[in-house]
Amino acid sequence: MLPTRQAAIGQLFQPSMISNDPALTICARGLSRRFGTHVAVKTLDLDVRRGEVLGLLGPNGAGKTTTMQMLTGNLAPSAGEIRICDIDLLEMPTRAKACIGYLPETPPLYRELNVREYLELVARLHRVSRTQRASAVAVAMARCGLADVSRKLIGSLSKGYQQRVGIAQAIVHEPDVIILDEPTVGLDPNQILDIRALIRELGEKHSVILSTHILPEVEAVCDRVQIMHHGEIVFSNTIAGLRELQSGNAMTISLHRPPDIDALRAVAGVAAVEALGEGRYTIRYMPHSDPSEALVSAAGAGDWGLYQLTPAQNSLEDVFVQLTRQDVAQQKAEAA
Amino acid sequence: MILTIAGKELRALFASPLAWLVLTVVQVILGYGFLRRLDDFLQIQPQLAQLTSPPGITELVAAPTYATAAAVLLFAVPLLAMRMIAEERRNQTLTLLISAPVSMTDIILGKFTGLMTFLLIIVLLVLAMPLLLATGTRLDFGLLCGLTLALLLLAAGFAAVSLYASSLTAQPMAAALLAFGMLLAMLFMGETAGDSLRARGWQVPAAFAQVLSPLKNFEPLGRGLIDSYAIVCSLLLAACFLILAIRRLDGRRLRG
Repeated sequence: MLPTRQAAIGQLFQPSMISNDPALTICARGLSRRFGTHVAVKTLDLDVRRGEVLGLLGPNGAGKTTTMQMLTGNLAPSAGEIRICDIDLLEMPTRAKACIGYLPETPPLYRELNVREYLELVARLHRVSRTQRASAVAVAMARCGLADVSRKLIGSLSKGYQQRVGIAQAIVHEPDVIILDEPTVGLDPNQILDIRALIRELGEKHSVILSTHILPEVEAVCDRVQIMHHGEIVFSNTIAGLRELQSGNAMTISLHRPPDIDALRAVAGVAAVEALGEGRYTIRYMPHSDPSEALVSAAGAGDWGLYQLTPAQNSLEDVFVQLTRQDVAQQKAEAA
Repeated sequence: MILTIAGKELRALFASPLAWLVLTVVQVILGYGFLRRLDDFLQIQPQLAQLTSPPGITELVAAPTYATAAAVLLFAVPLLAMRMIAEERRNQTLTLLISAPVSMTDIILGKFTGLMTFLLIIVLLVLAMPLLLATGTRLDFGLLCGLTLALLLLAAGFAAVSLYASSLTAQPMAAALLAFGMLLAMLFMGETAGDSLRARGWQVPAAFAQVLSPLKNFEPLGRGLIDSYAIVCSLLLAACFLILAIRRLDGRRLRG
């Protein structure tokens, strides 16, 4: 009798879910934010699963920080819905916020406290039980390399250490969702490597969203990337997808005895050839029709003296510029 | 959660020299005033003895000391409260509290409780001075209780108004000046407005005006009169401005 009744009650209280995926820790739909007439974020959708690191990429003013402020309940969205661990952030903010650790752009540090006191305060604010508090603080300090400075006043720490305290503050209560706004700003290269390793480690058990405009960082730590521009997502894919975009469907070949350019154009799969001088050519081809093999055999048959063949690598910067500028060009065209 | 935030505020207050300075200055001013009153009292004591029902030492020494304390709080409370929200906004540390699983109400009530704990220390120090006289004479403890309660209620009103002022700006100094201006305006206008409204027979607006005149509500209790209306008005004043501060903090989230 009892189990069935419980099941019935369970069904009654089944929340209206956007998705039934239990691994989905952050789910935002149609998120918009206006400041007066300026639209900072435009109908943005965002999903993050447990064990995933999402990189939020974009130029300054793209709306990354605004998005993060909305996801952490610091800013109310003008429209849209946010669910954190299947709890509606707008309807039950206190319960939803308990699942979030947030490092804002400026770490929220009380300069008059020492590191341990500060982290204890944060743990208390996040309702870490009295018995677990000391160990939670110790773990967070060890993870962020703060054990040596635990008795120092935060105001007297260097910028890099303050940033680390900021990260420790976001993870001390072991939240399901960790949101980091430019976490490696102000750190030296060694610290950056440490923090990236830490983010990777955190990403195994928790969900992490980090914003940055450092592209190698995204490659180093993220599983998925969303690129924002003018408040909209212009690209959303896995890191592999980003790399594919990088490959750029082009290659450079160098020949000792170059033939007529038309002979190169005649090779199967080649879409366009551009002479760079001194026997070097850029070969462009259609996606999924890599002509490398045909080129090598043609070069052998024609005795062109092929000594170098390199696939052209678009740097991430190129991809980024391509994606964000494209949008601008489109807008200009529309306006015209 | 309110206590956690209150503890943090109290700690921040004592970590800054301002709080110690305020405690020292208040104590010096009140100590001097108290001793002057005591001296005067001792000089006129022979004349008092000839009266049929002479006013006691509590009325003549303690009550004026409390009145001075009320005036001093008018300056001290805005200074103590100015940093509480304004500085957190300027240093962008408010994000920590807002991102934590605590409501805006908890944040404001926590800050208010922290400030009131500090003000309680001041009030207890004020109370300690007349209590010292108990070693040599008999005191009117009823009046002393009334005075202490009145001062606490006054402090609560001042604290709520100052906290609200602190939530309006990100500049602590501006917040202090704003709070001081608001309190001064209430002291001057609240009273005359209340009287003139009542003279015209407008009872309801007059009742509202009394909520906004903290000194008027201080007086009856200061004379040892338990005026429940004045007590309710004092509590209403504090509650109104605390709610305004909570709404203000919530509004920031909406407006950005």
